[in-house]
Amino acid sequence: MSVRTRYVVERVLLAVPTLLAMSIFVFLLIRLVPGDPVRTMLGFRATPQNVATIRHQLHLDEPLLTQYGDWMKGLLHGDLGRDYVSHAPLSELLGSALPVTLELTLLSMGLALAVGVPLGVLAAARPGAPRRLMDGFVIVGVSIPDFWLGTLLVLLFAATLVWLPPSGYTPFTADPLGNLRYMALPVLTLATGEAAYIARTTRGAMDEALGAPFVTFLRAKGLAERSIVFRHALRNASVPIVTVAGIQFGVLLGGAIVIETLFGLPGVGRLTVTAINQRNYTVVQGAVLVIATLFILVNLVTDLLYGWLDPRIDAGGDR
Amino acid sequence: MSAVAVVLRTRRRVRGRAALGVAILVVLVLIALLAPVLAPHDPNAIDQSRVLAGPDASHPFGSDALGRDVLSRVLFAYRVSLGVAVGSVLVALATGVPLGLLAGFYGGWVDSLLMRPVDLLLALPALLLALSLIAIIGPGSGVALFAIAVIYLPILARVVRGSVLGVKGQAYVLGARARGVSRTGCMLRHVLPNSLGPAVVQASVLMGFAIQIEAALSFLGLGAQPPTPSLGLMLADGYQVLQQAPWADIFPGLAIAITVLAFTLVGDGLRDHFDPRGVSR
Repeated sequence: MSVRTRYVVERVLLAVPTLLAMSIFVFLLIRLVPGDPVRTMLGFRATPQNVATIRHQLHLDEPLLTQYGDWMKGLLHGDLGRDYVSHAPLSELLGSALPVTLELTLLSMGLALAVGVPLGVLAAARPGAPRRLMDGFVIVGVSIPDFWLGTLLVLLFAATLVWLPPSGYTPFTADPLGNLRYMALPVLTLATGEAAYIARTTRGAMDEALGAPFVTFLRAKGLAERSIVFRHALRNASVPIVTVAGIQFGVLLGGAIVIETLFGLPGVGRLTVTAINQRNYTVVQGAVLVIATLFILVNLVTDLLYGWLDPRIDAGGDR
Repeated sequence: MSAVAVVLRTRRRVRGRAALGVAILVVLVLIALLAPVLAPHDPNAIDQSRVLAGPDASHPFGSDALGRDVLSRVLFAYRVSLGVAVGSVLVALATGVPLGLLAGFYGGWVDSLLMRPVDLLLALPALLLALSLIAIIGPGSGVALFAIAVIYLPILARVVRGSVLGVKGQAYVLGARARGVSRTGCMLRHVLPNSLGPAVVQASVLMGFAIQIEAALSFLGLGAQPPTPSLGLMLADGYQVLQQAPWADIFPGLAIAITVLAFTLVGDGLRDHFDPRGVSR
């Protein structure tokens, strides 16, 4: 097996115990509720029969290990259980909510990278005014709470200028342009803080790369500065940028929970918040499971990208 | 301009900004402590005649949907938010530092035993972890404090463990061992104080974000519960009347942004102080 294949296999195998442990945490979630989760879910007016029926439906009257086994068996068949309020299968609820969250987070990350990386490169390559401007943007971008920024954007673009709708959603497949109009403000909100982080990381990594001996050598060789910055230094700086983008994806998934609620987007985040407020534990469980799995998979992809961007990491497999 | 000059100038700027951050924080803490004295009105007094009234001399931040004075409410809410933020970071430090210290110092199975569960906490997005805990325990300011502490614990434990690994092989630690200082003594007297720097930097940055997380949780209705005044709750209420009375939303948000800004500036300055090579990354 080549070193590279071994690195990939190792990373994939390492994700399995993490996924398993996470599934146990999510499984215990509903069972850790102090007192009786079923009684809490149903409220005070529930009759003992009702409680017993629901408990039986949720298999809460069986031994813990059996419950976990059955739940896992269901998961592997794509069966996440049912929402006990609407009786809809969770896979259906989450199946329609997940694309919204994915669109929001991926567009935000894309915009943040498209703005943050050039900003960071510019600040590193041209000290002086661009650097100070970027410093200002980073500090402000990091400090503004995203949901408050969202409010300000609504105030400006929806309430005052009336260019964009303040909230709502249309699926992309039904009306692509309408979908993007609804997505514009949430994406801009999430992307701003993200772009600040990415710009800061890019600048730091570029500073380091541009100060490295190989750059001095390239300069001595007479290579054009443009080529040094973009072809050589940026490639070397890409590992920390990818790392931060990967880590920040989790932050985006968390941010999406708040932003979806603010802008009325029917994504997994809003589903989670509504379910927590309604004490609808089965939905909470399913939504947490989906977001956490997504997060772990993104981390895995980030790890795999390292190997591709920085061949030296492959060699680490031999140690 | 030589590279050295760039570094020195950047560092001076970072120092200056850190001083600004500390100054803002001192003022903010004073404001939080003196809220009852500074507030011009009762934060919960409802005034029918001032529903959504704009700012004026006696109500500089205007009034909210119930005619309550926004300035007084921001002052009192700020106390709660700052309290939750400071409390959560202190709890996270008190648990994360010993965990990281023991794991890093003893290594081997102690390391695995302590850090594996800690790493698992990092396998969930932070806000989702907080929401899960709130889903289990139920909403409230105390729960928010606990939830934020749980998010921060693994981060601080990791940071401390990392710096302990670097410090424990230093000559002065080995020298102390050779002089006959016990392992525990070495760990507590030599390794611990020298490993705290990065954790302090991290803690100051995290404290700023704790204010944001607390506000986000309260905004979602999962943190502070009414009638506790909270910046997040004020933002949620303010959002409903955004067009008629933007001041009900802008001022609480500004309070959060300024706080995070101050902590970020201080964090950057501290990082520069503890790690002079990395110029304000």
